[in-house]
Amino acid sequence: MKITQEEVAHVAMLARLELSAKEKEEIAGQLNDILEYVDKLNRLDTTDVPPTMHVLPLVNVFREDEPRPCLPREEVLANAPEVEDGMFRIPPVIE
Amino acid sequence: MSQYETVIGLEVHVELATKTKIFCSCPTDFGSAPNTNVCPVCLAMPGTLPVLNKKAVEYAIKAALALNCPIPSYAKFDRKNYFYPDLPKAYQISQYDLPLAVNGYLEIECDGVKRRIGINRVHLEEDAGKLVHSEFGDYSLADYNRGGVPLIEIVTEPDLRSPVEAKAFLEKLKSIMLYTGVSDVKMEEGSLRCDANISLRPAGADYFGVRTEIKNMNSFRAVQRGLEYEEQRHLEILSAGGELVQETRRWDEDKGVTYAMRSKEEAEDYRYFPDPDLVPVIVDEAWVEEIRKSLPEMPEERRQRYMAEWGLSSYDAEVITASKAMADFFEAVMADYHDAKTAANWMMGEIAKHLNAAGIEINESRLTPAHLLELLKLVDEGTISGKIAKTVFAEVFASGKMPAEIVKEKGLVQITDEDAIAAIVDRVIKENPKPVTDYREGKAKALGFLVGQVMKLSRGKANPELANRLLRERLDSQQD
Repeated sequence: MKITQEEVAHVAMLARLELSAKEKEEIAGQLNDILEYVDKLNRLDTTDVPPTMHVLPLVNVFREDEPRPCLPREEVLANAPEVEDGMFRIPPVIE
Repeated sequence: MSQYETVIGLEVHVELATKTKIFCSCPTDFGSAPNTNVCPVCLAMPGTLPVLNKKAVEYAIKAALALNCPIPSYAKFDRKNYFYPDLPKAYQISQYDLPLAVNGYLEIECDGVKRRIGINRVHLEEDAGKLVHSEFGDYSLADYNRGGVPLIEIVTEPDLRSPVEAKAFLEKLKSIMLYTGVSDVKMEEGSLRCDANISLRPAGADYFGVRTEIKNMNSFRAVQRGLEYEEQRHLEILSAGGELVQETRRWDEDKGVTYAMRSKEEAEDYRYFPDPDLVPVIVDEAWVEEIRKSLPEMPEERRQRYMAEWGLSSYDAEVITASKAMADFFEAVMADYHDAKTAANWMMGEIAKHLNAAGIEINESRLTPAHLLELLKLVDEGTISGKIAKTVFAEVFASGKMPAEIVKEKGLVQITDEDAIAAIVDRVIKENPKPVTDYREGKAKALGFLVGQVMKLSRGKANPELANRLLRERLDSQQD
């Protein structure tokens, strides 16, 4: 597997990261090194090994459906740069 | 349309009726003041961890069982990554490759034809917050009360063949969700939302045409209209030899058209991956059976029972069982009443009429089975006529008072005294020489008019059979 600079640019766009041409080149190289290293695992025969979906030895951790107090609204909005009518005021997003 | 076949698939989101959110203990109440049902978990504060609501899992499985889905033993949660401020985490916790349920079906009946619509999957996910956009589009406001409310997403196979079928499917689905009690299914509160995919292909083809997805349809009627519009648009383009573009379009209810939504520069890429904060869900057979046992009798089973037990027609039984609240009401009445057909006629007639006019469900009205029972008995005992019963019912519906009380208050007791009716009959005969002559000359229709006059003079209170008999007796005997 080879990561191209275009793929780096695509992932950077999805993560809203701005990368210079030099950074793209650098990161593509680093990602390829990582993939190459992990690729060693492909030498193992994993035919009878179930895929690991989760690393913790736990399943079925649940909560009961019982309401508990929420955060007071002053605290909810305390760090918001702008507030209007009890809501977070944010840059316009129109689909 | 003969040349083309329409192919439709639906994606339906149903909000579950849990008391709390899917991953935190905030209440799910609709209509609370903005940002009052939120906590560090659903606001995505750093260091918080989600913990799954067991009830949400049970409701989702219950809904899936009602949709005839087998329940796989292993399910997990995944992160769907996207940047949009309706979700403060910048990802939605959903299910990707191992959902709670797959491969079900729902049977629908449309124009007398029964069809089985495949359910591809039922998965559990969290709802997003609500964004309000300012009038001039210069800013937006975010309210996270709805963020984290549990949803099930139900995805059908592309098995629907017309907009009318799509609507029939949604109605059936709503009925089933109400029966199972997993959701209150209020479209106006957004607890059921539907997106639709539509494409056209040459009739009989085994491939699919280019599809478009329609969003923002806020009622079942809108789903049908939106699909009809798209169907026509596809047909026009294809008939003219044009090519469709695969895109997402927004339904404009007021204008009755769809528009292409601004397409994203790059194809959607959600980079799903297993959520490391949530452990897998193992659903063993015992748990599934326990949930299956909690399922109530479904509309189809009830329909069969009403036909067998009470001799209702298939149509009547279908109409009554479509809503669980109506069917429960009907059964409560029938526990104490003998004539199913009469009770059914009231349910589908006056009761449905008043409920529709008020825009409410029967369990939201003041009407109780005791009201209808008393009314039916008043008619059966001859205290009031069927016509007066309708007047009394309107009053019962509006005020919640018992029918006997209204009959007494308004003096609506039927006149069954022969002498009293005879006096009115004599007056009618005297005052209407022309219809009387007509009747005697063989125009049977004139009798109806004369009976009507007797009813009118008695202000609807004369026993109609008695009035009819007395009129005939007098008209026929005086003929010589």
